[in-house]
Amino acid sequence: MKKIRTPQELEALRNSLLQRRDTNKPCVRVCLGTGCRARGSLDVAKAFANEVKRQGLEIQVERKQTGCHGFCERGPVVVIGPKEIFYQRVKQRDVPEIVSKTLLNGEVVDRLLYANPATGQKVLYEYEVPFYKKQTRLVLANNGTIDPTNILDYIAIRGYQALAKAIKTMSCEEIIDTVEKSGLRGLGGGGFPTGRKWRLCREAPGDIKFVIGNGDEGDPGAFSDRSLMEGNPHSILEGMIIGAYAIGANQGYLYVRAEYPLALKHLQIAIDQAREYGFLGKNIFNSGFDFDIRINRGGGAFVCGESSALVASIEGKMGEPRAKYIHTVERGLWNKPTNLNNVKTWANVPFIINNGADWYGKIGTEKSKGTGIFSLVGKVNNTGLVEIPMGTPLRQVIYDIGGGILGGKKFKAVQTGGPSGGCIPEKLLDLPVDFEKLTEAGSMMGSGGMIVMDEDTCMVDVARYFLDFLQDESCGKCVPCREGIKRMLEVVTDITAGRGKEDDLELLQELANMVKEFSLCGLGKTAPNTVLSTLRYFKDEYEAHVRDKKCPAGICRDLIEYFILEDKCTGCGACLRLCPQHAIDAYGLIHTIDPAKCIRCGICRDACPFEAIIVR
Amino acid sequence: MEMPEGIPEYSKVDKIIESYSCEKSALIAILQEIENLYGYLPAWALRHVSEKLGVSMIQVYGVASFYDAFHLTPRGKHLIRVCLGTACYLRGSARVLEAFEAELGIKDGETTPDLEFSLQSVRCLGACALAPVMVVGERYFDKMTPTKVHSVLKRVQSRNEKD
Repeated sequence: MKKIRTPQELEALRNSLLQRRDTNKPCVRVCLGTGCRARGSLDVAKAFANEVKRQGLEIQVERKQTGCHGFCERGPVVVIGPKEIFYQRVKQRDVPEIVSKTLLNGEVVDRLLYANPATGQKVLYEYEVPFYKKQTRLVLANNGTIDPTNILDYIAIRGYQALAKAIKTMSCEEIIDTVEKSGLRGLGGGGFPTGRKWRLCREAPGDIKFVIGNGDEGDPGAFSDRSLMEGNPHSILEGMIIGAYAIGANQGYLYVRAEYPLALKHLQIAIDQAREYGFLGKNIFNSGFDFDIRINRGGGAFVCGESSALVASIEGKMGEPRAKYIHTVERGLWNKPTNLNNVKTWANVPFIINNGADWYGKIGTEKSKGTGIFSLVGKVNNTGLVEIPMGTPLRQVIYDIGGGILGGKKFKAVQTGGPSGGCIPEKLLDLPVDFEKLTEAGSMMGSGGMIVMDEDTCMVDVARYFLDFLQDESCGKCVPCREGIKRMLEVVTDITAGRGKEDDLELLQELANMVKEFSLCGLGKTAPNTVLSTLRYFKDEYEAHVRDKKCPAGICRDLIEYFILEDKCTGCGACLRLCPQHAIDAYGLIHTIDPAKCIRCGICRDACPFEAIIVR
Repeated sequence: MEMPEGIPEYSKVDKIIESYSCEKSALIAILQEIENLYGYLPAWALRHVSEKLGVSMIQVYGVASFYDAFHLTPRGKHLIRVCLGTACYLRGSARVLEAFEAELGIKDGETTPDLEFSLQSVRCLGACALAPVMVVGERYFDKMTPTKVHSVLKRVQSRNEKD
């Protein structure tokens, strides 16, 4: 392939691609994101290939394997173009019917359509599914439409035109001005103004500079970076190349979680293709600008989300952060000025360059511009990936897009920001989602996890869960974080085990303030957030554990008991057969649980078809 | 900690190190490839990497013990990873992990004596919509419950016999 050297060549290539494309041709797009894959979408994709071949339709029908569509709950997801008919929970055996009916004759296979649970009404098109309808998809817009392993698909949707525009028509200053004016902020969670960071790095003394894309999404409960890297890797590369050009860097690094094999694969393919077309390498767009990107696989350490720890990891060292007064933009990788942004931040850049700062500034709130991407998970009906304009109220996200709470239960809290964030209670459900508002509420944006909790979630246990995670992930360099989190975990564990004392809550508060105040890096400084926010909004639950030795949600094992309701038990024996402790006895038709033998694993309750087993 | 020796295969490790041009900064990537090759990091390999790269053993060991991706003892043929990410935890994945511990007779992070199974909890596999989720090798199992544990193990083993 001849390298693309001018915007005209890029445009000509795009035009030839569009001309070759028949927009009326039936096209089947199978989601091959990690979620759908786990549910067998690879087999579905193979079945389409076989069936299309068997019926001799290779020329009439286009097949495409795309990245994550976002509605993971209903996977495997298949969309049939050109009409965009949305099929969900598709199985291999459904494929011949889809090919014969929908692809050939335009008939709809009714049973595969999504039914709105609220109304029971079937929805025909992807864009009419309530989960998608209420979203504003910008960064994720093309995730479900392009083949992430084919650069031509990206070029066809104006890919790399922002790069051409930036390099050919804008000065480095103009690019940075545009990004700064757009109001784009770091979407890895920190929210630092991106343009300002670029400028600081550009102005830092030194000839050698680096840019880094952070795809080490370590927050449990977040997978937006993964979906973006898998589904639209070129958008990240394009943003990084533009940034590197503006800052004056010639080498970039992508630091990606090793737990994301598909993201690693797709990014490497994208880098190879970008090199082939001349978007990476020497003399990009004949400008004399050289730039290349290398991938580093993360080692599985949460602390490496911190910029100086991430830099240490790329250098081949243990990921230990250093004191904040040395800024990465001045002395980062190999002690050279380094600009680090989250992959989602990078992927926003081409939009801003293409459409201008003013256009971008119209999306979002006064201080938080653009969109936020959240993994909406936990006890919510429609789990999946959600992109909304900043400032959208939480209620709208959880109820209109998420379809409300699972099993008709009562909402209790939503946790944002991963282990660094906090829990937001029901009374704040109308809170608009943006950087400032979430921080004010004692949580944070973080890398975009939005975990919904219902009445069956124990908030003390949630605090214990995050402390356990953080004491595991603390690198151990500074004492407040290493020792402080451990002590907090001990106190909270005691409370959940019924050993809590009256003054524990005060002690916990004091420890939390100390860790927050004196830790070296962001991990420690934000570690107490879950404890502080649950103490602030759910103090009654702590008090119930400490004073009454009760767990109101029925989670903490030392404070609960499983019990069989005599009037509901039919003596079917389902629980008795499954109990791993042989703790259930049957006296005729009446079953009872021996509390001395019971380990409170809950298997019996799951097994009981009559809801006769309760926690008290 | 006692580290098993294994039979040194210096040429294989040399090949990996040389593919990174003996660069010190490639330490993590080199260890990742050795881990891929053996399923863990044999002690002789760590010493060899230290000598060949000119990086002190304490630094090599430091890195090897710092990151979750590395293991210093041999692991089982089937790696069972149970997700304990927030979404999975809320939907009961800790109980799934417990059921595996009981069924296999090992604790989280351990390997069965016959080297068949290793059990490892992980913090988020990024497939939160399928919670609770677990992975054996590259195969995902979604919406796990403690009662499904037995049949998952049976399926993994019967696949094994077919191979």
